[in-house]
Amino acid sequence: MPLSRTSQSWRYVLALGFFLLGSAHLWGQELLPVPALSRHVIDTSGTLSQVQLQALDAKLSAFEAASGAQVVVLMVPTTQPEDIASYANRVGSTWKIGRKDIGDGLLLVVAKNDRKLRIEVARALEGAVPDLAAKRVIDQAISPRFKQGDFAGGLDAGLEQIMALIRGEALPAPVAARENTQAGFQWMDLAVFLFFVVAIGGTIVRRILGNRLGSVAMGGVAGTIAMVMTSSIAIAVLAAIVAAVFTLVSSMRQFSQGPGRHNGGFGGGSGGGWSSGGGWSSGGGGGGGGGGGGFSSGGGGGFGGGGASGGW
Amino acid sequence: MKNWILAILAAVALSGCGYNDFQRLDEQTKSSWSEVLNQYQRRADLVPNIVATVKGEAAFEQETLTKVIEARAKATSMQVTPETLNNPEAFKKFQAAQGELGSALSRLMMVSEQYPNLKSNQGFSDLRVQLEGTENRITVARNRYIQAVQEYNVLARSFPSNLTAMVFSYQPKPSFAVQNEAAISAPPVVDFNKK
Repeated sequence: MPLSRTSQSWRYVLALGFFLLGSAHLWGQELLPVPALSRHVIDTSGTLSQVQLQALDAKLSAFEAASGAQVVVLMVPTTQPEDIASYANRVGSTWKIGRKDIGDGLLLVVAKNDRKLRIEVARALEGAVPDLAAKRVIDQAISPRFKQGDFAGGLDAGLEQIMALIRGEALPAPVAARENTQAGFQWMDLAVFLFFVVAIGGTIVRRILGNRLGSVAMGGVAGTIAMVMTSSIAIAVLAAIVAAVFTLVSSMRQFSQGPGRHNGGFGGGSGGGWSSGGGWSSGGGGGGGGGGGGFSSGGGGGFGGGGASGGW
Repeated sequence: MKNWILAILAAVALSGCGYNDFQRLDEQTKSSWSEVLNQYQRRADLVPNIVATVKGEAAFEQETLTKVIEARAKATSMQVTPETLNNPEAFKKFQAAQGELGSALSRLMMVSEQYPNLKSNQGFSDLRVQLEGTENRITVARNRYIQAVQEYNVLARSFPSNLTAMVFSYQPKPSFAVQNEAAISAPPVVDFNKK
């Protein structure tokens, strides 16, 4: 008897637990989830055709390549139960669109069934697109076309004006910056790469070909690599000379220290070589993310509630 | 040598009991509080322009206007420092004053809908947009402050970091409480007998 009673009370507890779990689950579902940031124009309401999506996406991709600022359009059926302003802010804060150290992001949210839209501006762009300007873009470019049901046209006209506003702001140029960083990266990589090639390859080549011939061969190899990577004869010649001298000098030092240390040095060198390879591939990944077809957030945009809302 | 070991031990012990986290979160709440103040200031700076524009409308309801002016005077006369955060009374007062200004302003905006001249006035509609943007920023700043305070208070009350809080007498910080809000957002009492 007492056993069955406890089992019954346990059942109550379990039921209560499931009830709480279920209600918590429902409660958690009330807020609209933030969609994954996959491209510049995301339409979960199914309003825009594939062609229109691609045209807008291409426009914003080109703009990002030209100015660096990230502008993203999000169309959803509704933002209920949230206000469009708080939803847009939440999306912006989640995506953090805008370049890493600059934070130049802008988000255009359209809630189709609510007949509301909002331009959410990251702090870095609040100077370029103040609230009044954002409101004017909505009132003059977007809303009139939305009223006629021309969503693609409204977005296109609005984005044109927004892009013009952002172009007026003296943001750091992206293309030059990217070239600079890439060139700087290559320099660093080249130096590290050559260092290990010469250090490791030098000992091997020297073993096979002898000291003098080995040094010359190493110089040739280093020069060729430098030539291929930088396509500059002066740098190639410099690299060749440095590599040859280095190999020759290290061979002399090695002889004075005796052959016993040779193996230890070799092992250390090869380990270092691998780690430098890791750095290389991470650099390549970063470059691909910035310039390739895949769009990803710069992660620098901070949204402080700037922008304007409107309806149609 | 011994001193070094002691110093390292002390550092490890302090980081283990959340001392560094307290410092970090304290700074975080302070900076998010500054942002709240900043946005409130922005709103207070907008008020004179709004009042001046509305005054151009000859027949405008004087009482609404006066209320906004008074609420602004009250809100801006209050001295607010980061120390206000550690003083729940002052914090409450400050909140009440800002809430009053907010409701006075929203009432003004509501009333202004009845004046077609004002509605078609470009300068006024620009001010409207700016006020809307500022209110929005206040909301965001307040939310960030609430989050920062929540993080801080959780640390200050949970074991073992609450011991650290006790030793250094770190109090839980006040947040924008719902009780305050209810009082603030209550509609103003309309009393026709009062002059």
